[in-house]
Amino acid sequence: MGRFVARRVVGMLLVMFAVSVLTFLIFNVIPNGDPADRMAGKNSTPVQIDAIEKEWGFDKSLPVQYATTMEKVFTGDLVSYYTQTNVAEQIRRGIPRTFALAIGAALLWFAMGTALGLYTAIRAGRWSDTLVTVLALIGVSMPVFWLGALASYYLGFKAGLFPNGGYAEIGEEGLWEWVKHMILPWTVLATLFIGVYSRVLRSNVLDTINDDYVRTARAKGLSERRVMIHHVLRNSLIPIVTLWGLDFGAVLGGGAILTETVFDLDGVGQYFAESIGTLDVPPVLAVTLFGAFFIVILNTVVDIVYAALDPRIRLS
Amino acid sequence: MAPNSELLLDVQDLNVSFATEEGIVHAVDEVSLALHAGEVLAVVGESGSGKSVTAMTLMGLTRSPNARFAGSAKLRDLDLVTASDDQLRKVRAEEIAMIFQDPMTSLNPVHRVGRQIVEQIQAHRDVPDGEARDQVVALLERVGIPRARERFDSYPHEFSGGMRQRVMIAMALSCDPAVLIADEPTTALDVTIQAQILEVLKELRTRTNAGIILVTHDLGVVADIADRIAVMYAGRIVEQGSTDEIFYNPQHPYTWGLLGSITRVDRPRPTRLPSIPGMPPSLITRPQGCHFRPRCPHAHDACLAKPELIARVGGESGHTDRCVVTPERKAALRETDGQIGLVAGGVTG
Ligand SMILES: Nc1ncnc2c1ncn2[C@@H]1O[C@H](COP(=O)(O)OP(=O)(O)OP(=O)(O)O)[C@@H](O)[C@H]1O
Ligand SMILES: [Mg+2]
Repeated sequence: MGRFVARRVVGMLLVMFAVSVLTFLIFNVIPNGDPADRMAGKNSTPVQIDAIEKEWGFDKSLPVQYATTMEKVFTGDLVSYYTQTNVAEQIRRGIPRTFALAIGAALLWFAMGTALGLYTAIRAGRWSDTLVTVLALIGVSMPVFWLGALASYYLGFKAGLFPNGGYAEIGEEGLWEWVKHMILPWTVLATLFIGVYSRVLRSNVLDTINDDYVRTARAKGLSERRVMIHHVLRNSLIPIVTLWGLDFGAVLGGGAILTETVFDLDGVGQYFAESIGTLDVPPVLAVTLFGAFFIVILNTVVDIVYAALDPRIRLS
Repeated sequence: MAPNSELLLDVQDLNVSFATEEGIVHAVDEVSLALHAGEVLAVVGESGSGKSVTAMTLMGLTRSPNARFAGSAKLRDLDLVTASDDQLRKVRAEEIAMIFQDPMTSLNPVHRVGRQIVEQIQAHRDVPDGEARDQVVALLERVGIPRARERFDSYPHEFSGGMRQRVMIAMALSCDPAVLIADEPTTALDVTIQAQILEVLKELRTRTNAGIILVTHDLGVVADIADRIAVMYAGRIVEQGSTDEIFYNPQHPYTWGLLGSITRVDRPRPTRLPSIPGMPPSLITRPQGCHFRPRCPHAHDACLAKPELIARVGGESGHTDRCVVTPERKAALRETDGQIGLVAGGVTG
């Protein structure tokens, strides 16, 4: 297991390097035109562009340009020339919001997806199974921006059950306010995933339940509950956990942009979306790089967790 | 067999059928069996004859919405056919345990083998972890797994098929069951491992006085271990008796065929294993009367009536069969074209 982890981590570092080179090429080299001009954003003056050209070393060789870019991104002194703000500070402000949304939603969809999946598998063929199946299908087909707008209008604005968007700092407004602000975003973001996960788990459970070792577990005189959780669910969850890690990475790496924007959470995703809207390159570059890194790191974590859950994987 | 030993299992007219899309599968039909302590009962028959369904029904493992049961299967005083889930759970492993047909898939791939046995012990007894571990290591040693203490923490995929089957046997033995059902415990394994596994079972019988039901499709495997043999065909027992009776005085033409298909060391080995001509019938639309009739070279009009499983030879020996031909005529048929003739006609390929 130790060697497996070491190999995966080395692989991860290589991929991160490759991703950083690719990002650099995509932003600074491949597009036509003057990179300094793009970097400066709209409403820039020739003087500014000249200064940026010097600062970023766009007159030097590509490796030097790459090193300068990475240094700027990772030391945190990257600024948006358009808004005159420090990009790292903006990201740092957005991260707790984005994480709060992603982690909460991911836990919610994992728990609900598992519970509904197991329930429908046990009830397979009965009307309760059909009902949940229909609900899951509806959940899967609802676009986040639509569901989000609907929820925030009816439950927030009209009924006043929830705040009408925005984010509450736990430190300032307390835990309860924070939760109240997050419930709708969590639910909206999780809805699609709950639909998918419950279906995937249901079919995994129905496959696993006929496996020979489940029959062995019954023959051992275990309680039905123990058979279902320790043997059936334990094996059915392996692919789900993998999926979950990847989806969680994808949500952190940009998948929550719509939810953040609809509920005005002002997280990293919303910052990203706004920066794209104003063609502000430095923040887009930095968020792209961090987002890609998150996805790569979570992929590695998923691989390691997968190996921990399924001993057969560790061999290869 | 000690004839006056305790009667452990008393199966009377057991019927098991499954409703499927093609129709009703009559997998087990009027099966009656008795198993005493210290006895090895072999259940033999071709693939699909209902051996596994019979065995699994005794464990309550065939219960499902599409399954129908009739008759009774008494384990001491408990009828396994009608027992509640809770009653079943208590006797499983503790009173009646089973070794399954396929050792490769019968262990949970994600749990350590030792833990899987500990889990069973702790489901029935209040044994602390350390003590349970020692018990399991001792069991693994007993069934011939080398370096058992280290192997306790291995995963199933780190074991060969033979070793996995030993783990399954150790698991089945772990709660000292009164009845052990071994469903083709050696079919998936090569010949040397087969012999070793059978040795383990023999040793178990003498040591714990358990009653063993040994399911197999190969009569040769059971010759030196079985006390009694039940021959199944298309869901029915067609002949039942002591091992000697079945081998030296077989009454049912199907048994003759099975006996003929044993590879014998005292004869030249045939290039292909001989088998009985024809195919077993569909269990959905079974032939009228004797199920073996369409394949039987000696069938006549009397075979269109359903034959009962009754004693036709041997008086008090308990030898019963389902063939209506008179014993005298059978003896003559066996002499002239019987065993060998049936076999010769059946060499395939
Ligand atoms: N759950 C089920 N639903 C429908 N049919 C079944 C079911 N279980 C078993 N059968 C059928 O019952 C028949 C008897 O099967 P069984 O597994 O008992 O045969 P077997 O004698 O053990 O054969 P083998 O030597 O191949 O193991 C087969 O035709 C099988 O297809
Ligand atoms: Mg079988």
